Amino acid sequence: MLEFGYYPGCALHGSSSDYEQSVQACLKPLGVGLKELDDWICCGATAAHTLNHMLAVSLPARNLALAERDGVTELFAPCPMCSMELIKVNRALDGNAGLRQRVSEIVELPVTGKTQILNLIQVFQRIGVDKIRATVKKPLSHVKAACYYGCLLTRPADTLQFDDPEHPRSMETVLEALGASAVEWNYATECCGAGLTMAREETVCELSHRILTNAAAHGANCLVVACPMCHTNLDMKQADIDRRYGVHHDMMVYYLSDLIGMALGLDETQLGVDKHFVVKPLESPATQAAEMH
Amino acid sequence: MGRIGVFICWCGENIARAFDMDELTEAVAEIPGVRCAIHYKYMCSEPGQALIREKIRSEKLEAVVVASCSPHMHLKTFRAAAAAAGLNPYLVEMANIREQCSWVHEPYEDETVAKAVSIIRMTVHKVLRNRALEPIRVPLTKRALVVGGGVAGIQASLDLADSGYEVVLVEREPSIGGKMAGLSETFPTLDCSQCILTPRMVEVGQHPNIRLYTYSEVESVEGFVGNFNITIRQKARYVDIEKCTGCLECWNRCPSREAPSEFDYGLTKRKAIYVPFPQAVPARPIIDLNSCAKFLRNECGTCLKVCQANAINFDDQDMLVTEQVGAIVVATGYRMYDIGREQENAKYAGYGEYGYGQYRDVIDSLQFERLLSASGPTGGEVKRPSDGAVPKKVVFIACVGSRDNAKGIPYCSKICCMYTAKHTMLYKHKVHDGQAHVFYMDIRAGGKGYEEFVRRAIEKDGARYHRGRVSKITEENGKLIVRGADTLAGAPVTIEADLVVLAAAMRPATGVLELAQKIKLGYDEFGFLSESHPKLRPVETNTAGVYICGACHAPKDIPEAVAQASAAAGKVQVLFSKGELTREPEVASVNEQTCAACFACVRTCPYLAIDKAEIRDRQGNLRKMTARVNPSLCMGCGTCVAVCPSKSVDLEGFSEEQIYEMVNGLI
Repeated sequence: MLEFGYYPGCALHGSSSDYEQSVQACLKPLGVGLKELDDWICCGATAAHTLNHMLAVSLPARNLALAERDGVTELFAPCPMCSMELIKVNRALDGNAGLRQRVSEIVELPVTGKTQILNLIQVFQRIGVDKIRATVKKPLSHVKAACYYGCLLTRPADTLQFDDPEHPRSMETVLEALGASAVEWNYATECCGAGLTMAREETVCELSHRILTNAAAHGANCLVVACPMCHTNLDMKQADIDRRYGVHHDMMVYYLSDLIGMALGLDETQLGVDKHFVVKPLESPATQAAEMH
Repeated sequence: MGRIGVFICWCGENIARAFDMDELTEAVAEIPGVRCAIHYKYMCSEPGQALIREKIRSEKLEAVVVASCSPHMHLKTFRAAAAAAGLNPYLVEMANIREQCSWVHEPYEDETVAKAVSIIRMTVHKVLRNRALEPIRVPLTKRALVVGGGVAGIQASLDLADSGYEVVLVEREPSIGGKMAGLSETFPTLDCSQCILTPRMVEVGQHPNIRLYTYSEVESVEGFVGNFNITIRQKARYVDIEKCTGCLECWNRCPSREAPSEFDYGLTKRKAIYVPFPQAVPARPIIDLNSCAKFLRNECGTCLKVCQANAINFDDQDMLVTEQVGAIVVATGYRMYDIGREQENAKYAGYGEYGYGQYRDVIDSLQFERLLSASGPTGGEVKRPSDGAVPKKVVFIACVGSRDNAKGIPYCSKICCMYTAKHTMLYKHKVHDGQAHVFYMDIRAGGKGYEEFVRRAIEKDGARYHRGRVSKITEENGKLIVRGADTLAGAPVTIEADLVVLAAAMRPATGVLELAQKIKLGYDEFGFLSESHPKLRPVETNTAGVYICGACHAPKDIPEAVAQASAAAGKVQVLFSKGELTREPEVASVNEQTCAACFACVRTCPYLAIDKAEIRDRQGNLRKMTARVNPSLCMGCGTCVAVCPSKSVDLEGFSEEQIYEMVNGLI
């Protein structure tokens, strides 16, 4: 059985608990265990690195040190902000003995920066797309998804070295194993507005509105994301966007783990999909067939 | 030998600042074998050389050591001076006490002085074993090969042919003319590219001194300067261009119209039998196997039936022909960076985000040249490829590939700033209510009339320049949405364009590396061919008798390519001005008696200068095999000496005995 260390980060224990529910539920039938880091702390997110460099290094480093203490070699961080911060510090520590020593003193634990960090997509790649394909019980032939990567899954490209930053394809590959189809569209790597959710709502609404509009225009019946922040902006803000622009998007926004769980036969309440703001049934092959008769 | 003169140069202050020159000279005078030691402020000056000449005569010197700068600098100077005084020039050696001593060590330190004395002593020990040598004489074939029939190759060929030398011009494509034949108008004068080029092409086609091979490639190159044997592959064209009268009846009647036109960069279709463009030289058709029904399905054969001249030959085969030449000019030109996602080399990342190849109205600059050209697919009207509409808003993006390390090319392609400015101008002249936008990094307009030209595009023709990069191009509702940054305004820019033109980086032509390996030319990491010296030998290469010009060397515009082509032709003329060639005699030779015929040297020689040879007795019986150096090819690198296990190879002027003596001089 595969087991990964697990760093949920603040979002999954707070506003995006549906994401955690989804991740936990879908990994179980795939035979993957998650071992949550004991006593993990905030990764620093957007705040730390705008305030204090050493703080921005030390917060993720503390978590990396905990992982090393527990013998975790692969650490799953479902939030791309967290995984990016962890990888960034890994790379900073690697090959800089002075920094390693300084940071080890600050976090009061030895840290080398050797832990492999995985985002949600990488966890599924690690499990193996073929294995997922073999485990599918209900192929998602009714799903025509616009895979939305946002900013931090692939960028900064030098730091993450994951997928093509301008034309990523990794989510599409997983989706196709589920029997779903992915649409070609234009906004896969555009910003959703991210952390401006509170501070500049109009910016978030404008950017997310464009994303939703373009996905629908290219024939998508849902969006697929792998980031709690993207989900919040695209799902929770939809009502605001609709009001502001006088439209009715009514677009389901799934986590990638939701769709995997559904293909594995889990129902939407087990995955937390019922907690999303926009909830509507996609036309399944069964209902389509029923309508035809 | 015991009469050696040592001449120590001050090199102004370069050497003299490090030593007491009198003391240094006294120390040198004590070296055994030194007849006289003299110092002087500038030994390379005429009085300095006169001093050497005078001492050679008065002291009856048998060899000379000049202690000064690097032999790269002045060995020829001093050898000529010695020769003028009747001394064999190969009895002159230089001791480098400037680069190797005074420039790099503390002045007047004991160790600095000791090192200078050691360098000179070492050289004295060497020169004691120098032998008088005679230059090697090599015959010279006064014909030249020019590879590539673009504007540079045409210029070089005509210059050489007009000066009376025979030229063999080899062009890979069915017609000469190169990229320039497809351009619209040229910066900064806006004269029509075809109007100025095609008369030159015709001249090449008709010149009695030019033997033109089109649709041909250089198969192999053997030999050496003055004596190259070239094998040329004439690719099967399926039309006998000698019999063909150019009536073009075959072309008119060919029913196939499937293949993308190479000349229009895929903007139009052409027939299976075709002339690349109306002014082609030779104006003879060619059959494309991959689109001809005869070859694909054994159907049709219309061209065969209609040809009155019996010129169609479906059984045509590639032919190999050989030509003897004395010099080679390489003018293979450039190609564009592959913009799309698919790349043949992982080093180049491409710009998938610009949708080239995906959106029909995202085109490259050469395609836009065709849209502007009177001979182009739209007859010179600017109409976009997707629906033929006249684009009212065109975005030009400079530096697509160039200066972008993330995409694998750090260098500047040099001409894009200029032709992009030209594009905006020509577009505005044709579409008066149109608006051109340019995204650029910097405007590089160095050249006669160039900066003024760009200002004219901006100020008179109203092109809007945005300093910044484009992040992405998408298509929405029939418009191309170009999103970029204006870094001067500090704001994002979104332009809804009808057409986008990408100024892709210049890369060396495909196949140039294989050619470079055949001719033994150096090239850089991007495949551009290397000149011998970036300042003083710009068209020469490190292979004697081979010259380069045009964009195979680096990105350059038409005037530069033409200037370089004439320079290369001039260098060939210098070579051909002599009756025969002389080469430095400091080459390797094999002791054929002791050679064990292992041929390690044959395999190692980077210049392919060593052959296997047979030694026969008077009756003609084979006595033994041996390695034998061709002194015309040997560059004197000494690699063979290092690998020979039986110590049977030695290098004149740098023999093992001399090196041994140099070491002896040090200890």
